[in-house]
Amino acid sequence: MQYAVLIAVAVLLAALADWSAIRQSFLNLDVAKEGLPELFTVALRNTVIYTLSGFVLGFAFGLVLALMRLSRVAPYRWLSAFYIEVFRGLPILVVFLMIISVPLAFPGFELPGGVYGQAALGLGMVSAAYMAENFRAGIQAVPKGQMEAARSLGMPHGRAMVSIIIPQAIRIVVPPLTNQLVALLKDSSLVLILGVTATQVELAKFGNDQSSTFANPTPLLVTGLTYLLITIPLGYVARRLEARQGGHR
Amino acid sequence: MSTVEIRKLHKSFGRLEVLKGIDFSVESGQVVCVIGPSGSGKSTLLRCVNLLEQPTSGQVFVDGVELTHPDVNIDAARRQLGMVFQQFNLFAHLTVLRNVTIAQERVLKRPRAEAVRIARENLEKVGLSEKADSYPAQLSGGQQQRVAIARALAMNPSLMLFDEPTSALDPELVGDVLQVMRRLAEDGMTMLVVTHEMGFAREVADRVVFMDQGVIVEDGPPEQVISAPRHNRTREFLHRVLHPGV
Repeated sequence: MQYAVLIAVAVLLAALADWSAIRQSFLNLDVAKEGLPELFTVALRNTVIYTLSGFVLGFAFGLVLALMRLSRVAPYRWLSAFYIEVFRGLPILVVFLMIISVPLAFPGFELPGGVYGQAALGLGMVSAAYMAENFRAGIQAVPKGQMEAARSLGMPHGRAMVSIIIPQAIRIVVPPLTNQLVALLKDSSLVLILGVTATQVELAKFGNDQSSTFANPTPLLVTGLTYLLITIPLGYVARRLEARQGGHR
Repeated sequence: MSTVEIRKLHKSFGRLEVLKGIDFSVESGQVVCVIGPSGSGKSTLLRCVNLLEQPTSGQVFVDGVELTHPDVNIDAARRQLGMVFQQFNLFAHLTVLRNVTIAQERVLKRPRAEAVRIARENLEKVGLSEKADSYPAQLSGGQQQRVAIARALAMNPSLMLFDEPTSALDPELVGDVLQVMRRLAEDGMTMLVVTHEMGFAREVADRVVFMDQGVIVEDGPPEQVISAPRHNRTREFLHRVLHPGV
């Protein structure tokens, strides 16, 4: 019975749709070919660069924030908590707009790397807030006895953190960080607000520009598929890693 | 070898007073076993010796140096105190060999080759040379605990602290760990052992200390404390331990 409804709706949609128009607009191979090889050599490449640079920055800064969040020094904890709350609450778009505007307050200052620097900073600042929470949970998930054993061997607290606790915490947070990477990849599409040139263009803007040029939405479909080409396997890897850890603990 | 002296030690967790004034000492080369019912404060006492727990008041001396003094570098002091935990606490992300070398390199600044040589000597001593490249999760509890002992010994401690080292083990694995500890005692190591193994305490200990409700009730040679206890509380505890289910 439920299937009957589903099939009826599908048949109705298929009957009403203009199939030649669909093929012409969304599955136009001639238009799709126009995007090659720039789709991969420029757009995908830039998307990966923006994503990874933001991830690396967010990883490093997020770890520092997590350690501050767990610090015995109260002002560090407050600062870190404040930062995390603020940047988890802001849309990346707004952060990008601020990154463009803030240098106005410092005449002569320019962020190194141009758009690449701005993109890395924006994506890094926001993802750091999320990763900090992941790291904090990971560090707290390492059994207390590990720190006690390290301290009993004469390791100072910081050394024990670096040699014993953080390596184990990172293993624990690999699945959530992989999800973070997927989210970041999608958010990298917002880099277009920074005003990118033809060589700095990433997937979303590339698809959009192409579809304007040819007055045909096929490139958007291609762009979407290119995103999925990365996000679906990554998401799969993340779930696999999660399942594996669940089995071990 | 080392001496331990504890004076007027008190420890409270919030409103709960776990140690209610402990005075006792361990002479150089002695093996002292601490026995008593769970919740009697014996593990807390042991953890106060290397300051894993900060005493609420009182003093802890090792070789005449007051560890509880605020100016003492506790990391330096802990190097001469080997600690063995009930839950082993091997570093889960490191191989057995690395577990035994990492503190030698990072804390004692021994060169890698020397650290590895010392690690292999100590793994040999606990009978686990062939497990050097395994990860802790691949070992039985008894093997893990022997690695933990090797890890502590590699730091050349002058005193070994054991916190119920066999309590988390399956019965058939207890013997190997006790055997290693017995040999350590024969070599003259100063040892402070919290344990429920009455056989080990009777055979190996120079002194047995019975604790109950945060105080030391009885302290003497094993033939006295275990075989002919003077206090009622000691007798009741030993009866429960030696005749479970009766």
